[in-house]
Amino acid sequence: MRFVDEFRDREKAQALAASIATLCEPGRRYGLMEICGGHTHTIYKHGIEDYLPEGVQLVHGPGCPVCVIPMGRVDDAIWIAEQEGVTLTSFGDLLRVPGGRGSFLDAKARGADIRMVYSPLDSLRIARENPDRRVVFMAIGFETTTPSTAMTVLRAAAEGLENFSIFCNHVTIIPALQAILASPDIQIDGFIGPGHVSTVIGCEPYRFIAEERGRPFVVAGFEPLDILQSIQMLLLQLHEGRSEVENQYTRVVPWEGNQRALRAIDEVMEPRPTFEWRGLGWIPDSAMRVREKYARFDAERIFTLPANRVADPPACQCGGVLRGTIKPWECRVFGTACTPETPIGTCMVSSEGACAAYYNFGRFSRQRIRQATSA
Amino acid sequence: MTQRTEQEVLERIERIRRRPPRVTDERITLSHGSGGRATHTLIEALFLYAFRNPLLEPLEDQAVFSVGSARLAFTTDTYVVSPLFFPGGDIGDLAVNGTVNDLAVSGARPLYLSAGFVLEEGFPVADLRRIVASMAAAAERAGVQVVTGDTKVVQRGKADCCFVNTTGVGVLERPVRLSVSGARPGDAVLVSGPIGDHGITIMLARGELGIESDLRSDTAPLTELVGLLLDAAPSTRFIRDATRGGVATICNELAEASGVAVILDEEAIPVRPEVRGAAEILGIDPLYVACEGRFVAVVGGDEADAALAALRSHPEGAAAAVIGRIGDDPPGLVLVKTEFGGMRIVDMLVGDPLPRIC
Repeated sequence: MRFVDEFRDREKAQALAASIATLCEPGRRYGLMEICGGHTHTIYKHGIEDYLPEGVQLVHGPGCPVCVIPMGRVDDAIWIAEQEGVTLTSFGDLLRVPGGRGSFLDAKARGADIRMVYSPLDSLRIARENPDRRVVFMAIGFETTTPSTAMTVLRAAAEGLENFSIFCNHVTIIPALQAILASPDIQIDGFIGPGHVSTVIGCEPYRFIAEERGRPFVVAGFEPLDILQSIQMLLLQLHEGRSEVENQYTRVVPWEGNQRALRAIDEVMEPRPTFEWRGLGWIPDSAMRVREKYARFDAERIFTLPANRVADPPACQCGGVLRGTIKPWECRVFGTACTPETPIGTCMVSSEGACAAYYNFGRFSRQRIRQATSA
Repeated sequence: MTQRTEQEVLERIERIRRRPPRVTDERITLSHGSGGRATHTLIEALFLYAFRNPLLEPLEDQAVFSVGSARLAFTTDTYVVSPLFFPGGDIGDLAVNGTVNDLAVSGARPLYLSAGFVLEEGFPVADLRRIVASMAAAAERAGVQVVTGDTKVVQRGKADCCFVNTTGVGVLERPVRLSVSGARPGDAVLVSGPIGDHGITIMLARGELGIESDLRSDTAPLTELVGLLLDAAPSTRFIRDATRGGVATICNELAEASGVAVILDEEAIPVRPEVRGAAEILGIDPLYVACEGRFVAVVGGDEADAALAALRSHPEGAAAAVIGRIGDDPPGLVLVKTEFGGMRIVDMLVGDPLPRIC
């Protein structure tokens, strides 16, 4: 398949793996964080870790939007869905994420009208076709999806649609990275930067990580060769003692980002003073809300939300797992209060989160699995 | 709190895993119908617990038992699909082929079906006529007769247009004993054709994605293909048609029941480019996508070539392939050697595969 197969070439992968191996100093541990959940998925799906030396350890970051949404916000969304005449629309992968009172699927089973959409624009269609329903789009995601939500609001305003609103839960990546970097004991040597977020915000906002925090940062694409090449670029920087922001994903990411998308976001939304992240707690300026000007499309103003709060148990140590300072099994609640069926923190919510992966497969060492497949 | 060692944590998880499954949900959700882990929990904790008997216990897709000197296979399945009509088929031929296939993969010759209809008030008779005609055609093609049936009509809104149940009986004329617990290290894993056609066709036919393609459902009877396979490979251990949950779910059931590792080779798994493309866009794995005319078979390693040749001799099996092998370690696990040259674990899904936003 064109535009796919050429980025999955085994020979090129082997050449990159060889280069990576020569860049690693014997005995040194390299903790590299892939920020984006999409990267975690690629790494897992293609088995990229099998190309890496023992010393290179990938740390899964906070960039999975469905994993970082706090339980209280899921509960608030379910409350909205249960109001008379409301249809809640949501992306598919949020349907199973549990809040304090179960997931969207559970709410649907109790009778709520919750529908899966592939794009926020699908919600507008549902609103047009059902003028007697109040259609609320559960807006989540980083800067990747924020522009499409903003454009949807602008379209609704242009059409004069009265029965559409959004429940805005959009988050921003930079404050989350600042929160992770603020820890003195952080065990991350470099970052595999979020490619799709960067198509919108560009590469400049990461400069402080390279220049002030001394950590190389490479904006990466989502095919397996993209990831391997980004790891090679990070290790080359570390080897040469550089820490810069580099762009591996030049075929998609312009250095300056997408100004039109940023303008759309700025037109419709403004930063919230603070927002709660599952497993990471409250982070200042880390999320967006709808501006006053578009209040009629803001579910938080239309409905008097119960503002549910489900506090992460104080024992949850997702922050430590994300910073690489503890292993999943070292967390105080791992495997007891926090399991894939009853996840507490972000690392257990997604099946590819560090804790969920360890819970399901930790008993099989990578070595044992390599032996099984090499026979 | 006392410090726990890694070993203690892993042992605790193992103890939890060994507990009998319990249904903790208060209500049925769509996940319980997906064929994945939630479905298994429901079946084992509720149905098997209540009905437990030696014929049900292996949880095969059909029961095989003797009546007099005859060995019979017996199965039932209920069909709910939206849309009712889709490229390559409709709920009618699906309902015939699905039950025929659940009989055929036990090695039986399907003989008779029942047909039960739940119809929603207001459902167009022309649509019902079309469904019944396609059931009749599918039955003729599969060599079975619909010999009994039932009709119920419910008020508008109490059902979605038309649900069909079919129950089937077949006779085993060969001395085969196929079982999900029969795989042994060294065996080969085969698939009878390209995977995922049906599931992706249905997703596209719902029209929500705005993607157009020439893809058609693979719904078809598998009786002839199974016959060819069993003739060519008498060592065949297990056959199951890869419906809900797809090839990945069957392989997980196999690994668990047989206590073996299933090691698949991604490069060898036949997937049409259209299916691959749609799955890439949606962020779902074709290994979990339903087929309605494909099976997974496990045969002795030394008969793999003969089995493959036999399958490929039939038009329905032209793209059959050996997709992997059975290993002894780690037991209960499905591993995939990726096209990229790495390896990943393919777990059983909790519910339906859902499109990803990230």
